[in-house]
Amino acid sequence: MIVASRKRANIFRITRYILLCAGSVIMVLPFAYMVSTSFKKHTYLFESPPRFIPKEPTVSNYVQAWTGNNFSRYFLNSLVVASISTIITVIFAAMAAYAFAKFAFIGKRALFVMLLTGLVVPTIVLIIPQFIIAKHLHLIDSFAGLILFYIGGNFALNTFLLRGFMEDIPSELDDAMKVDGANSWKRFIKLYLPLSRPALATVTLFSFLGSWDEFAWAVTIINSESKRTLPVAIALFHGQHATSWGLVFAASVIALIPVFIIFLVAQKHFVQGLSMGAIKG
Amino acid sequence: MIEMMKRKNRPPISQSSSWTADNGTVVSRRRKSARNSATAYLFLFPGILVFFVTIIFPILKSFQISLYNWKVLPGIPSPFLGLTNYTRALHDPIFWRALVNSGFYMLATVPTQILLGLLAAMLLNDRIRGRGLFRILIYLPVVTSWVIVSLLFLYLFAGDGGFFNWILKDVLHLASHNIEWFGSRWPAMLAISAIGIWKGIGWSMIIFLAALQGVNPELVEAAAIDGAGPIRRFFAVTLPAVRRTTTFISMMLVIGGLNVFIQVYLITEGGPSGSTEVLLTYMYRQAFSFLDFGYGSAIAFLLTGVILALSGVQWRFFRPSDNE
Repeated sequence: MIVASRKRANIFRITRYILLCAGSVIMVLPFAYMVSTSFKKHTYLFESPPRFIPKEPTVSNYVQAWTGNNFSRYFLNSLVVASISTIITVIFAAMAAYAFAKFAFIGKRALFVMLLTGLVVPTIVLIIPQFIIAKHLHLIDSFAGLILFYIGGNFALNTFLLRGFMEDIPSELDDAMKVDGANSWKRFIKLYLPLSRPALATVTLFSFLGSWDEFAWAVTIINSESKRTLPVAIALFHGQHATSWGLVFAASVIALIPVFIIFLVAQKHFVQGLSMGAIKG
Repeated sequence: MIEMMKRKNRPPISQSSSWTADNGTVVSRRRKSARNSATAYLFLFPGILVFFVTIIFPILKSFQISLYNWKVLPGIPSPFLGLTNYTRALHDPIFWRALVNSGFYMLATVPTQILLGLLAAMLLNDRIRGRGLFRILIYLPVVTSWVIVSLLFLYLFAGDGGFFNWILKDVLHLASHNIEWFGSRWPAMLAISAIGIWKGIGWSMIIFLAALQGVNPELVEAAAIDGAGPIRRFFAVTLPAVRRTTTFISMMLVIGGLNVFIQVYLITEGGPSGSTEVLLTYMYRQAFSFLDFGYGSAIAFLLTGVILALSGVQWRFFRPSDNE
């Protein structure tokens, strides 16, 4: 009886590992093939059978993408736009989340419904009116135009997640500081922000990735070559050199490195930040 | 009631002492709530302002634009058309084809992502060796930009010498010849859906994981002690616990599915000859290729309406901890 159940547990464990390994391979294989192709020379593209270890590995694609094709510039553009948008949107969203979580104010319900509307309507659907508004505000072909709309696009989700988290911070701590004479700004900075760190890590990750990876808005409003962000540059580069897969993938790997680093650093807080935020059970 | 309001507005000075004793608390609570509101609005103001300019106003604006033959160039008047752009959509075969394609993508990707995401979350819910690594690997496609994913799969799905054709033809012997994945409508839609599933599983996995961590482990143990096997435990304990999360995920995925855009825009460009056009590539082309902003907006606003209606239904089933 005991032997049988242990045997069953073992089969269960092995099946679990087989499934997980198979799943991971499917997820990682395309990336592996991309990295491998980025180290190949032109002549070795589209070999059959495909070769994962390049015959004569070369970094020439990387050198050419970084120096010859301006990708260092696009990298910097993306970094500036994504960093500024992320910092501002996280600050704005944390402030708004604090108001939603801890204040009873006039018009709260109406504002919350609007927030939910912003949560479900994807920004891509709004690209036509956004373009017309950006044109009126003279934001076409500028980083400011990218940053402003990235802040707005990330605001609803960030506020929603942070609000859920801040609501769970016990009021006793808040009351104690109130008795000590701390005003709401002080309580926000000294109490709510530090205690919300897991949720802040989550929304920072979301916002940064969202802005770093964004394509549709950037390709629509950016006209100058020197102002392109990485996704736009990679897509247009592919359009112009459809067969230089090694170069396209070298540029893609360059664009992916910061994403993976930030993800690896922030992912520990990740599930905690989500589970304590909006989505409870 | 009216009597009371009158009294509040014009406090009779002569009776002041007794009046304040009775109503002082009401007044101070009102004042406090007004002060509270002022503080709250200070915190809300910067974010809400940007949010209004970039999201709420555009939603209204898109309806306005859809009623006109909207001209973007300055100085040219935009003729008012009423609902003509909407009736035009209803009689436009490409619009319907785009709707069917978006619908196909949604039906192909939503159930698969939910099932595989839940499966991955359940496999990773216990403290097993390598859990963190598996979680990271499965989530990697989610953090990768759509541009990179689209180009990468365009390469992998290449007809002649592509990686997937090599697997299908030379390794698994499932195909007798190379498949031109993006050469016709349905293979292309299938490939595009597969990309969507591959990129999305990690997202539903992470949300399911968050929900599963809220499940009381004692419940699972109790069920196990009662002799319930893993399958019974799944239906008796796990499934009810993630029911609301599943509703939430399916709603987000349905909305995301209807809004499929970048991969189609970059991989097939709606082709060959418009056969893989989806709603948003069609909208985008109307506006930014043909400068028909009015018609593009009508398509976008129809989609917004569908999304809001779906979400309205969804919120009836799934209310977050919203008690104010």
